[in-house]
Amino acid sequence: MGAHIEEKETTQTVIESDGYMTVHDGKYPDSRWKEFTQVMSRTLKTELFGGLKITFKNMIDALFRNEMHTIRYPVEKLPISPRYRAVHKLLALLESGNNRCIGCGLCEKICIAKCIRMDTKIDENSRKEVSEYTINLGRCIFCGYCAEVCPELAIVHGGRYENASEQRAHFVLKDDLLTPLDFLKDQKEYTGFGAPSDDADAKIQKTPLAY
Amino acid sequence: MDPIYFLETIIKILVVLLVFSALAGFTTYIERKVLAFMQRRLGPVHVGPVGLLQILADGVKLFTKEDFVPQNANKPIFMIAPVITAATAFIAMSAIPFLPEFTIGNHTVTPIISDVNVGLLFVLGVMATGLYGPLLAGMASGNKWALLGGARTAIQLLSYEIVTGLSILAPLMLVGSLSLIDINNYQNGCVTDWLLWTQPVAFILFLIAGFAETNRTPFDLLEHEAEVIAGYATEYSGMRWGMFFIGEYANLFTISFLAALVFMGGFNDLWFIPGGIAIILKVMLLIFFFLWTRASWPHIRPDQLMWLCWKVLMPIAVINIIVTGLVIML
Repeated sequence: MGAHIEEKETTQTVIESDGYMTVHDGKYPDSRWKEFTQVMSRTLKTELFGGLKITFKNMIDALFRNEMHTIRYPVEKLPISPRYRAVHKLLALLESGNNRCIGCGLCEKICIAKCIRMDTKIDENSRKEVSEYTINLGRCIFCGYCAEVCPELAIVHGGRYENASEQRAHFVLKDDLLTPLDFLKDQKEYTGFGAPSDDADAKIQKTPLAY
Repeated sequence: MDPIYFLETIIKILVVLLVFSALAGFTTYIERKVLAFMQRRLGPVHVGPVGLLQILADGVKLFTKEDFVPQNANKPIFMIAPVITAATAFIAMSAIPFLPEFTIGNHTVTPIISDVNVGLLFVLGVMATGLYGPLLAGMASGNKWALLGGARTAIQLLSYEIVTGLSILAPLMLVGSLSLIDINNYQNGCVTDWLLWTQPVAFILFLIAGFAETNRTPFDLLEHEAEVIAGYATEYSGMRWGMFFIGEYANLFTISFLAALVFMGGFNDLWFIPGGIAIILKVMLLIFFFLWTRASWPHIRPDQLMWLCWKVLMPIAVINIIVTGLVIML
């Protein structure tokens, strides 16, 4: 019994040392008279009016001192950290407007979800040119390695964080996605985790209901 | 019967019904706005200017929502229960003088549907009958949450009726009449004549009991969302649910008018403010207080509610009556 109490006390001190404090709700009255005096003191202390005062002050602050917590979301948006990892952007050179990407393929290599695909070719000036660059946002885990590894700061994470939608098409807005919509049907996927394997059709078996 | 009198009464009834049904909707809007500001939010803003058309949208929603009756419910009682709440709330209003007399042309209009000489008793009696609405709804729903809500209706409304009655007895002893117009005329002087100053304890008791009777938040055991889903109204939808709330808000106005009439000088002129506007200001103040407490104070448990009623409020009310009686005798 004594050991049990000791154990309890030690846990309590541990909790307190973590920066938490225990709430002392006072002693419970042990006699009728103390109960009565507690009721009387609580009645006459007018603590309830303290609550009223707080809400009234909140209302005045909200109405006249512009301390409103609401933001009008679709119009107004909360600022997000520059390090936030949202939907990608492929940046261009500020001077010429050319694509910054040099087609090194590092992002494609480092991609954990294997959702980046890049096709390159040698153009007429015998320079390497990116002919197609796709990111499958359905598979992207937004780890940010592609942006981290990019030597030219060509691929970055943008600020668009509204990723939820009812329709797949909303994820591939022409301006936002890296591959133009017209070429989406040619998009090739790497065989990564979660992707259907090449012989997926052959592996399909009938479900019991079909028999 | 005088046809003019008949016509006038019908018009008054229609005006009271329409105004207070509309006010019920408007008060939900005001309540949402006030609660929002007190929690530093905006409340409804999207529908109409500053969200004012939200009332209309809510009304359309309530009217067009599916009106279903649960399979195991006692159908006739289930369907009639909301009507009882709304009807008793409006019947109670028939003996309340809302405004002072005024004249249109040569005709004097008294804004009271029926000036019975037991007005206060009538109002309290009919409001007490309103207990049957939530009680029968809870019992007829065939749902254990609704049943619990109904049981709580019984404990809460029955006990607080007693406090209401006892608390209002002391000012009645001073006035010596049950007619609300007589009570109002008793305080026809300045602010110092208000019964609030001679009967402060009765006023506080009446307000507390009023909170309980109108199911406002510190005492809304009937529909304690945190514990019993929606209490007696769990199975209700659409306009049947809406009628409960029209009844609740009508009761809110009735209690506010009663408090203003009995304790706060009623529709007597207040300095330069004419009586009609004075009483509306008083009622608005009381309603704001009702909303304010809803934002500030927590719910209480059923046992605390009963404890407060029977062990604190009722003895205080009785002592108040005894002291008032002694003072009158001396």
